[in-house]
Amino acid sequence: MARVKFLCDADRCIDCNACVTACKNANEVPWGINRRRVVTINDGKPGERSVSMACMHCTDAPCAAVCPVDCFFTTADAVVLHSKDLCIGCGYCFYACPFGAPQYPKLGNFGSRGKMDKCTYCSGGPEGADGSAAEFAKYGANRMAEGKLPLCAEMCSTKALLAGDGEIIAQIYRERVLKRGYGSGAWGWQTAYKETVNV
Amino acid sequence: MLIKRRDSAVQSSRLQSTTLHSALGELSSGVLDRRAFLRRAGFTAGAVGLAGLPLGSVKRAEAAAIDPAIPVKRVKSVCTHCSVGCSVIAEVQNGVWVRQEAAFESPINRGSHCAKGASVRELVKGSRRLRSPMKLVNGEWQKLTWDTALEEISAKLLKIREQSGPESVFWLGSAKFSNEGAYLYRKMAAFWGTNTADHQARICHSTTVAGVANTWGYGAMTNSYNDIRNAKTMVIMGGNPAEAHPVSLQHILSGKELNRANLVVIDPRFTRTAAHATDYIRIRPGSDIPTIYGMLWHIFENKWEDTQFIAQRVYGMDDVRKEVAKWTPEEVERVTGVPGEQLKRVAYMMTHEKPATLIWCMGATQKTVGTANVRAYCILLLATGNVGAPGTGANIFRGHCNVQGATDAGLDVTSLPFYYGLAESAWRHWARVWEVDYDYLLSRFDSKKMMETSGIPTTRWFDGVLADQKSIDQRNPLKAMMVFGHGGNTVTRMPEMVKGLEALDLLVVADPHPTTFAVVSERKDNTYLLPICTQFETSGSRTASNRSIQWADQVVEPIWESKNDQEVMFRLAEKLGFAEKMFKNIKIEGKVPVIEDITREINRGAWSTGYPGQSPERLKAHMANQERFDIVTLKARGGEVDGETYGLPWPCWGTPEMKHPGSHILYNTNLHVKDGGGTFRARFGLERNGQTLLAEGSYSKGSEIQDGYPEITYAMLKKLGWEGELSEAEMAVITRVGGGKPDAVSWAIDLSGGLQRVAMDHGLVPYGNAKARANAFNLPDPVPVHREPIYTARPELVAKYPTRPDERQFRQANIGFTVQKRAVDLNIAQKFPIVLTSGRLVEYEGGGEETRSNPWLAELQQDMFVEINPNDAKARGIQNGQMVWVTGAESNSKARVKAYVTERVGPGVAFMPFHFAGWFQGEDQRSRYPKGADPYVLGESVNVLTTYGYDPVTQMQETKCTLCQIATVLA
Repeated sequence: MARVKFLCDADRCIDCNACVTACKNANEVPWGINRRRVVTINDGKPGERSVSMACMHCTDAPCAAVCPVDCFFTTADAVVLHSKDLCIGCGYCFYACPFGAPQYPKLGNFGSRGKMDKCTYCSGGPEGADGSAAEFAKYGANRMAEGKLPLCAEMCSTKALLAGDGEIIAQIYRERVLKRGYGSGAWGWQTAYKETVNV
Repeated sequence: MLIKRRDSAVQSSRLQSTTLHSALGELSSGVLDRRAFLRRAGFTAGAVGLAGLPLGSVKRAEAAAIDPAIPVKRVKSVCTHCSVGCSVIAEVQNGVWVRQEAAFESPINRGSHCAKGASVRELVKGSRRLRSPMKLVNGEWQKLTWDTALEEISAKLLKIREQSGPESVFWLGSAKFSNEGAYLYRKMAAFWGTNTADHQARICHSTTVAGVANTWGYGAMTNSYNDIRNAKTMVIMGGNPAEAHPVSLQHILSGKELNRANLVVIDPRFTRTAAHATDYIRIRPGSDIPTIYGMLWHIFENKWEDTQFIAQRVYGMDDVRKEVAKWTPEEVERVTGVPGEQLKRVAYMMTHEKPATLIWCMGATQKTVGTANVRAYCILLLATGNVGAPGTGANIFRGHCNVQGATDAGLDVTSLPFYYGLAESAWRHWARVWEVDYDYLLSRFDSKKMMETSGIPTTRWFDGVLADQKSIDQRNPLKAMMVFGHGGNTVTRMPEMVKGLEALDLLVVADPHPTTFAVVSERKDNTYLLPICTQFETSGSRTASNRSIQWADQVVEPIWESKNDQEVMFRLAEKLGFAEKMFKNIKIEGKVPVIEDITREINRGAWSTGYPGQSPERLKAHMANQERFDIVTLKARGGEVDGETYGLPWPCWGTPEMKHPGSHILYNTNLHVKDGGGTFRARFGLERNGQTLLAEGSYSKGSEIQDGYPEITYAMLKKLGWEGELSEAEMAVITRVGGGKPDAVSWAIDLSGGLQRVAMDHGLVPYGNAKARANAFNLPDPVPVHREPIYTARPELVAKYPTRPDERQFRQANIGFTVQKRAVDLNIAQKFPIVLTSGRLVEYEGGGEETRSNPWLAELQQDMFVEINPNDAKARGIQNGQMVWVTGAESNSKARVKAYVTERVGPGVAFMPFHFAGWFQGEDQRSRYPKGADPYVLGESVNVLTTYGYDPVTQMQETKCTLCQIATVLA
């Protein structure tokens, strides 16, 4: 079984925000909730790099580890989903997540939170009513059930954001890096290997 | 201002399971259909007053689940934002656009979009669209019906015509029109009796068109976005495609990676494009020509130029050498701030790591010296032999989705459609195509002289309103303004523009959104808003920057009460009394002109630009066979489009039946003209000062004349002994066109296409084979010379590099010299020491009304800002994120914006995006919009601060270098 992943090629990402609006478009996410966003480091300076971030669908997801109501599920494709029926909006997952993926609608005047919302890898919800209006209303699109990838990656302007079977996107990325012959645009590369990115 | 979500909106949010049931009630009882969609959106046919309801009480359709039981229609259209021309796939159910999919088969975008393209479905949901015709009555917006609105408007227009003449109406059109809409609008102005019909190209690439066309023949991108993949050196100078044309970066970055190509960005600002460059060179704003000459100095000094190319295909390069010799590395560094070695490196790349391409946008064009800038860029390409082959060329990224097509279609004060000009012969050509009497057209104008005189351009329209009778070269000043699809914050000197607005007798804004025009002035009456639908709600063709023409199908019917451009033009023409003549060969269904008939009329008339071959049928076949086109060559393999180039990029010679494949790369002598090959255009005579202007020893593949030759006429065919190859029918048309003198009939006015056909049979390019001109002797500066901006931060340079003398241009005075002298005398640069430049953000487009009304985009950029260097900020005690006043050098102008302290701009330079409006010099104008049609995000317009300065050739405005001061807002 494929394990689906996201990979953002920071040598390609130009901070155009297509992934962000594609997500809004596919899932009808309301104002104030951002399942995906683009983060830029060294903004306006040599070495400026951008990377598109959303739920990374971790193998051993920290959000699931801390959830007091155990609302997280990992699908057969390795997508991390959560049940909005179970979620109590406590916000623990927000603190646990290293990527800032969980989002909460603001409910009232005293900062009370609604149920958590995050990227579903365009896989709908965990309840299994694939493609139904009820699923859409609660979780957004279920493109995976139709054999399609998340719209953010499909619409990426420079093909920086890759989605799909981890093996395949790793292969695509490996070929790119070899062809380029310089550095690595992989986000986190510098942190891991202490190499500088050529500009 | 941030839009705070209302609690009530959250209560009904689908994210909350407690209220889920009620939301689902409507959904599960039948998937959303068009009627339910409109009902839920708070609109029913009977409830005409709803346009006035505040948004809070209007519920919009939120969910877009697809019911598998109901068939889904897949419709292909083209993105309505920039000129890249990304295909959009719409999935439509029950007449509602429910889902947007990636168009992987498009060779241009391969499924990709930027933030704007990925959110176009929202335009058709139309949460902040104008819903019905409105008029201003004593300062209040009132709803009225289409018929009443058009009745009142046309009565007022006819009255103005009677009292002041046809020249007193300014027809402002749009680069958002389809080709058909643009062509029709120009035609309407002709039937009204004025040449004052303009559009966004004036303030975008008019200087490119003038500069490029005067160099080698045609005013367009020579290659394509896709072809950039072939380049080994890419120089982007005065452009930020990562934000303005994001999908183009897919081709640029792929080329960079696959060819290990150089990507050089030359710009005053370290742009998001520069972040991906191999070399970045920061120049002082307004010093483009010295920068180019700085490169040429090294090229000539080291004899790196392409001598064979220059000898065969370039006229007047020696005149350029004389000018370049003045630009030693020391002088270049003094004026531009760029060290000689940096430019030497780029010069080396351009000449040794070929093919090299030069890419530019508004940074080059929106200048007092815009045309000269463009000419200098072309000269650099000519000197290095980088034109007319894959991977080379002037890759001019145009702005709007159809600004190339609208320019071609003649929405231009200087020409009839397709660059025929305004001479009597041009009018007679179009009279033949339109099948109306020339004398009728003449009778519509004030005089024959006015008929053949360029109109007032959009950069100067308010000067044309505020002028007195003596200071303007027409019967009366402008009294009325018809605006179709054009923002009100797009021209410089806005405080004076507002005065012009207030002085108008009639203002009509036809647009999906109210636009800045509706709110920025103190007008109380005689102001109309007409809701026009987007291009997704109609069909038609649009020309992308690379000259590929793409057909867009209608996705859904026009929403609310909006109508498409063509219908409104027809209804207006009906009321103005010339519909019958204007639509003689265009079928009308109900009140809607048949779009394909307009395309066919274009085909019948547009020989000069190579638009006759792109019939609607051929264009539709290309859209249906997109997957067959190669992403590098744009050539199709197999199917009915085999061997053709995607979108039949013009020139596509001859009749559609001749099946010309379109021209991927202009002036490419490596191909036969029948395969899209070409030469530089013979347009400027045969010789000058004893030197030939025709090519020498260079010709396109398969040419039977292996040297330069003039443009094809019937007389020339006779001389060559080929006239017998014309068919009888073709000969009859040529005789008719010639009116008894067929010898003078040229390839451009022969309505039969026979001359083009015979020429191509012999391998000749219809427009001839000439040299490109390094010296364009008909322009104000035949060889470009550096001229300081009108408001320069370096007044000491003005004595040596002054702007051009004052002159009358386009019916009015251009007093740039006086303004510059005054600025130096008054030492304006001391009071306003920071250079202000402007540009784009990726989320917004143009004046921004459309994109700031799209919540998916608006959420991403909620504040107007000014980028200021940390040094300048520190000197002024400005913190990042703080509100500041930016003050301008004219009209005591000021703008209250957020400070963004960043090294993206150099010391002494500030940058502001140009998409904002709705705040005016510190005043929030939200309450002035018709209720529910105010964009989510409002902000100050940079053009409040921009100042005087107009290009002598096109009246392009100066938006890229003026002066300002920045200070903290005191509480």
